[in-house]
Amino acid sequence: MNVAMLLQMAAEAGVGRIALTSGGRHYAAAEILAAAGGAAERIRASGCRFVSLLDVSSAATPVALFGAAMAGVPYAPLNYRLPAEQIKALIARLDSLYLIADDDNWAAHRGDPGIGEALTSAQFLEEALAHQDPDPVWPDDPGVAVQLFTSGTTGPPKAAILRHEHLMSYILGSVEFMSAEEDEATLVSVPPYHIAGISALLSSIYAARRIVQLADFSAPAWLDLVEREAVTSAFVVPTMLARIVEELEDGGGSWDLRTLRAIAYGGGHMPVSVIERALGLFPTVDFTNAYGLTETSSTITLLGPEDHRQAVASDEPEMRRRLGSVGQALPSVEIEIRDADGEALAPGQTGEIYVRGPQVSGEYRERSAIDSDGWFPTRDIGHLDADGYLHLGGRADDVIVRGGENISPAEIEDVLLTHPAVGDAAAVAVASEQWGEAVGVAVVLKSGASTSEDALRDLVRSRLRSSRVPEAFRFVDELPYNETGKLLRRSIKRWFA
Amino acid sequence: MTALKPGLRLKSGVCTAEVMIVKGAGEASLTCGGVPMLGLDESVDGAQAVAAEMNGCQVGKRYVNDDQSLEVLCIKPGEGSLAAGGAPLAVKQAKKLPSSD
Repeated sequence: MNVAMLLQMAAEAGVGRIALTSGGRHYAAAEILAAAGGAAERIRASGCRFVSLLDVSSAATPVALFGAAMAGVPYAPLNYRLPAEQIKALIARLDSLYLIADDDNWAAHRGDPGIGEALTSAQFLEEALAHQDPDPVWPDDPGVAVQLFTSGTTGPPKAAILRHEHLMSYILGSVEFMSAEEDEATLVSVPPYHIAGISALLSSIYAARRIVQLADFSAPAWLDLVEREAVTSAFVVPTMLARIVEELEDGGGSWDLRTLRAIAYGGGHMPVSVIERALGLFPTVDFTNAYGLTETSSTITLLGPEDHRQAVASDEPEMRRRLGSVGQALPSVEIEIRDADGEALAPGQTGEIYVRGPQVSGEYRERSAIDSDGWFPTRDIGHLDADGYLHLGGRADDVIVRGGENISPAEIEDVLLTHPAVGDAAAVAVASEQWGEAVGVAVVLKSGASTSEDALRDLVRSRLRSSRVPEAFRFVDELPYNETGKLLRRSIKRWFA
Repeated sequence: MTALKPGLRLKSGVCTAEVMIVKGAGEASLTCGGVPMLGLDESVDGAQAVAAEMNGCQVGKRYVNDDQSLEVLCIKPGEGSLAAGGAPLAVKQAKKLPSSD
């Protein structure tokens, strides 16, 4: 299979529709197809074995993604926010590379070892548009479609591999062809090197939903764009939604957001307090929580709009807890919770999340993590409820083991965030002579607010078991996040060392 | 008979339809409008469609056999109906999911 097929189908069936709005210009799917065909010709001629985009989102993004697919070469977008030395090290792992970069990164890296050919994004797009091929050909099954360096909060970045069959299985299994209404427009604010940035392009092109790109996220810029482009849907990571909520609650700005019908969120733990406030601010918007990993071609479980409404309206504790879950598995995906010995656990029991399905790659350049029965160990901790709703408890490496009891940081953080003075909170394992590990929490207070360690301890004790009560506190100005909103727990742990 | 391989594209001998194999192993005789389907670079002269098998196939729909061991994606629409080994393929019913991207 080849993801280029998705674009070709959209180009033929989506005549008269706009596929992409970027830099004040509109592009039809047929234009992106022809430009990608032109780009593929030049990539093939270069003899390079990888294509990387090292830049923010622009019209060059889909042209590079589909151009690489048509050329039968893996697309390996890079994080432009990394320090130059790290980018150089990644380029050396992509020998030989067809690099498409912003002007500064082009100047900094065009001579790096591993570079076969280097162009600026503007130059790449201009050449692709100048050599358009309206009827491009491509190999039926070129193997690897995308190689992503996982952001790796532990150790050096791993090169995760997604084959065309994985991405195609995900799209065909979860998106109905041409299902978007004519007026639909989706706002893509996740960076192009994130799996959600790639799946957003593929899904929206196949659904014929117009893509509006936001290169550099800020809450006011996001809100401006929703209004200006009459955006109907968006995907955000939790930190983005938190900032949008804050901007609307505290900011002096006013926006006409009536076109907005759906917001999907994922890519990290969403505090219940944030989603509750968002539901209050956007009563008519459909919220969807998506859980997935790079290695699973994006989404594997969904908490849909109806689930959100039922949970908020319910008085039953089990039902209300669903708001903090990531929902149920996609129809083509199986989920299993296993203990440390690999035995399957019953609903309600916490263990490691295993996943299986045609969209699951679980493969790295160096090795495959898939077991002989096709299951991928996610290294995420969680449990299923009686109806198959998945509740996440954080990364396996982040679990706090206190006197043999496994404690997930998220349950403590969610309780702390209900305190009116607490703006942000993170729970980590701290060394304890008595228990091996105990709970340490880093807390960010809202500006002007105050509270005490004792008050927060009492709050946790009133809601959770006594083993969850924090032993150590740090009050800080902010918590460390990476650029896609992943909390850097290792840095926080060092505060308690 | 065609050796099935995911990603393989085939075209109709009697209409504009094209399909891509999504799932399948071994061999199958895939037909459109009652006439064997062709590789993209093959051609056939004077193929006669079976009138009862001209009920159309829709672009973007996935078609499956009875036990769902074979699945094809219609990538270009046409007037012919799809079948494997003489048995008609049916549209795969999919649960509509909210967009998560």
